[in-house]
Amino acid sequence: MTTPSEYRPDPDALLQALKKEQEHSQRGKLKIFFGMCAGAGKTYDMLKSAHEVKSKGIDVVTGYIETHKRPETEALVAGLEIIPRKKIDYRGVELEEMDLDALLQRKPAIALVDELAHTNAPTSRHAKRYHDVLELLDNGINVYTTLNVQHLESRADTVAQITGSIVRETVPDSIFELADEVELIDISPEDLLKRLEEGKVYTPDRSKHAILNFFQKGNLTALREMSLRLTAERVDHQLRDYMQSKRITDTWKSGQRLLVGISPSPSSVSVIRWARRMAYTMNATWIAVYVETSKVLSDTAKVQVNSNIKLARELGAEIITTADENIASAMVRIAHQHNATQILVGKTTQRKIFGSTLLDSIIELSGDLDVYVVGEHDESTTKKKFTLPEFHSGILQYGISSLIIVIAALACYPLANYLGYQTVSLILLLIVALLPLIFGVGPVLLAAGLSAMLWNFFFIPPRFTFIIGLPQDILMFTMYFAIAAVTGTLTARIRAREKAVRLREAHSSALFSLTKQLTITKTQDEVANTAIENISRFFASDVTIFLSQPDGDIFTLAHPNSMYAVDEKEFSVAAWVYWNEKKAGKFTDTLPSASATYYPITGPRYPLGVLGVRARNGKQFTVDQESLLQNFIAQIASTLEREQLNDLARRTVIYAESEKLYKTLFNSISHELRTPIAAIVSASEGLREKIQSNTYQQEFVDEINTAAERLNRLVENLLDMTRLESGQLAPKLDWCDLRDIVNASLKKLEKELSGHSVTIEIAEDLPLMKLDFGLIEQAIANLLHNASQYTPAGTTITVLARQQEHTLVVIIRDNGPGFPAQALKKLFEKFYRVPGTRTGGTGLGLSIAKGFVEAHKGTIAASNHPNGGALFEIKIPMQP
Amino acid sequence: MNTQNHILVVDDEIQMRRLLRTTLESAGYRVTLAENAAEGIRNAETHRYDAIILDLGLPDIDGIEVLKRIRTWAQYPIIILSARTSEEDIVTGLDSGANDYLTKPFRTSELLARLRSSLRIFQSSAAPMAVITVKDISIDLDSHEVKKNGEAIKLTPTEFALLALFLRNAGKVLTHNYILQQVWGPKFEEESQYTRVYVGQLRKKLEDDPNNPKYFITESGIGYRFMGDE
Repeated sequence: MTTPSEYRPDPDALLQALKKEQEHSQRGKLKIFFGMCAGAGKTYDMLKSAHEVKSKGIDVVTGYIETHKRPETEALVAGLEIIPRKKIDYRGVELEEMDLDALLQRKPAIALVDELAHTNAPTSRHAKRYHDVLELLDNGINVYTTLNVQHLESRADTVAQITGSIVRETVPDSIFELADEVELIDISPEDLLKRLEEGKVYTPDRSKHAILNFFQKGNLTALREMSLRLTAERVDHQLRDYMQSKRITDTWKSGQRLLVGISPSPSSVSVIRWARRMAYTMNATWIAVYVETSKVLSDTAKVQVNSNIKLARELGAEIITTADENIASAMVRIAHQHNATQILVGKTTQRKIFGSTLLDSIIELSGDLDVYVVGEHDESTTKKKFTLPEFHSGILQYGISSLIIVIAALACYPLANYLGYQTVSLILLLIVALLPLIFGVGPVLLAAGLSAMLWNFFFIPPRFTFIIGLPQDILMFTMYFAIAAVTGTLTARIRAREKAVRLREAHSSALFSLTKQLTITKTQDEVANTAIENISRFFASDVTIFLSQPDGDIFTLAHPNSMYAVDEKEFSVAAWVYWNEKKAGKFTDTLPSASATYYPITGPRYPLGVLGVRARNGKQFTVDQESLLQNFIAQIASTLEREQLNDLARRTVIYAESEKLYKTLFNSISHELRTPIAAIVSASEGLREKIQSNTYQQEFVDEINTAAERLNRLVENLLDMTRLESGQLAPKLDWCDLRDIVNASLKKLEKELSGHSVTIEIAEDLPLMKLDFGLIEQAIANLLHNASQYTPAGTTITVLARQQEHTLVVIIRDNGPGFPAQALKKLFEKFYRVPGTRTGGTGLGLSIAKGFVEAHKGTIAASNHPNGGALFEIKIPMQP
Repeated sequence: MNTQNHILVVDDEIQMRRLLRTTLESAGYRVTLAENAAEGIRNAETHRYDAIILDLGLPDIDGIEVLKRIRTWAQYPIIILSARTSEEDIVTGLDSGANDYLTKPFRTSELLARLRSSLRIFQSSAAPMAVITVKDISIDLDSHEVKKNGEAIKLTPTEFALLALFLRNAGKVLTHNYILQQVWGPKFEEESQYTRVYVGQLRKKLEDDPNNPKYFITESGIGYRFMGDE
């Protein structure tokens, strides 16, 4: 192994620091008011800080405050906005919790959330309050919170040792590290006890009981020391982080990496916590390894393994699970693979009869790795009870195996006289050796013992006694028992190993078959069907799938092939999983009251769906199953993503086809409508040149011309409206000078505006803008035309344009009669015409103008100018 | 216009053909009619015309295609008529070699004016001149001097190149693409904001009222036209 150069920070560490910084910029900031125990004044200090920032105009809101009816504290709460608590009815008891959704909705700059370690009522979304806080932070809300040292996961067992009371409400240390600021609220034990006596800490009736149990000077001193030391450690750590990011090299420590093993024993917890503490003080990353052997675990052991793994993960370890018969060699192998520098091992008390302990083997194999040994103490000592060694075979197996031995013994009984009793022992031994093919270790050992006893009692002389006469028979009997036991155990072990191999094989073949089926799926539906079918078959579970909609939202209905009905509550869990891309539901800390566990199906860019799984036997999946399910989901995710992309491509093709069809149709209709009008216009114009002015003929020709122009405008409006309605209107943005657009609009309306005077005021500094020339020209022309129609000749129409921040503002104003109040709202509706106005218009012009402006993501509004006259205001955001 | 210019009209609408014949003949042109693209191309191949008026919406071959084919051998003006207001089609037509365009419905006077202007540009473009004068603006291509009403105007080299291009093509529509290619070079075709900025500059220096230009006329979404004597 190479040692990292002394001055160069590890790139991984730098990336980590960068990531931390990035995450921080989007996340809310967390400030913890940290104290040694209740009564230190954390809540009080938090509220005081809240008032301080509030006086600076920052939006502070109280999410949850526990005043314990202390008058000073209550006085401080009074001046702050309070989000009412949510009332939860749980089995007839009304509980009050923080209203997380209301807080998220309210989105204050800072939320005050007291008692970080609090455990939420069972039906809440998250199991713990710190989960709520994490969600607030994820949503960019800054949080002030309070925490006592004894509630920190890694200190919980130490506190329990010191004070003798077990701490049940804990928070993972990672949240302590996540905090951007930790303010230590320090108070001397004497002061605290004094405050306690004065009744300032708890309400008087509770304080006596509390003093006796917890508030002893010795305890308080120890807790105080712990909180001070933790804060000091944190400062130290921050300093190191800082030096790392600034490449200060003096005390640079190379990337240390610690490895710890997870065992199914409860005592593993203390080793894991030790590892966490060591890693923290060493500034090292750490890996927790769980080695799965063929040994069958009891249900309680399985639960323990899961909870140990979860603990390690919460404490910030990287979790690796591997399958190996030799735990020591597996740990050393992984240590090498992941460049661990130290291995942490618990001091096992149990001794093996044959071979060495785990510790011995690790030391033997470790080579250049450092090995630390720490004492394990069982956390469950207070509730320790004797447990029988685990035999998993059913009572029936014991019965049948015993019965076989008895029958064999009976069959041998008449033969014993001919063959001699030694031969009988060989027959019985053969049967015992064969038994493990069908039965587990327990029944085999029983059969071995039973057969030894039967042989002794019925065959070895003197018969019908357990007495053995001859010394060689004693030797034979002992050997018989030993051989039977060893053969039985060995065979059973081989069988167990074979079973494990078969299981693994089954897993890979299941994964293979899923992959194979997924490759031939053609639509998202088929992917969902295949997923449901495979998962339900292999995990003996009911499965539900929610897919994402094309617009990125989750479908509110489960996929039709889903296997269980989902009510609103279950759906809300699925939706939470979808948006947060985290597992939730049953057996998790988030929304555990759900009936199933929900897993996010995550694509590289956006969520693809949610998978709900409910085991038919109602049990939690093993580590093994869980990791297989994750593999399944990964496969499903990549296939789903492929199909979603395909769908998108298909939709694009259909869209392009329909656009083409639309264009052809539109062109042919516009051709058919425009050609006759063109003929009328040019014919009447030609005619006019040939006849003398001021004759009847000329009046007729003028009428024809006016009518044709009106018809033409109508056709143009209808065609524009069709373009808008078809949804095929995509503005073709190009650089435009607004002066050009206004000029073009004016030119178009030369005739209509001939009776009006038009003033143009366009700001000198108005830059070029990306607009669709034709659309904006038409929109402005329609507004100008509107103004020309509704104002008497001789009035002034003003066109103003300027830039306001990043918005283009165009105002078209006249000094005519303005709009009747009731017309303002309906002005832009299709076919709406202001009542009482003269005929000759379709009522489409303004709604077309609106449509064209909106196609530029802009807005259009009509109002009456205070000095009289109608005013239209167009606002269009400027493209960068 | 007594020279009897010979005009080919290609339009599939019988009514439009009849009207165009009447209009053009009464203005002193000789007119040949074609009712579809095939007939139009055949006529153009076998006769020499002075100009073609071409409808883009033809039943057999797309008008743009007809335009491109005729342009491979014919240099005389081609004016496109289109019922499509789609700017894209017009720009494609102009970039494919059309001299001018009109959208239906059009005024007969407008049609005659465009036709006259196109014919004049074509027939006079034989002799390049060192000094071009249009209305009150004169430009000396050798000495790079620009005068308005006899007063010297200072122009940057790019402004000068642009103005020269406009004056040489007075009366003709120039698409944004064409201007960019001619003045800035083929690599600048995407930089359409250049033309807006520089036309704005020319207007400031040469127009009497830059907000209401008389010379540098914007053709909606298509390009610019320098108005000559019309």
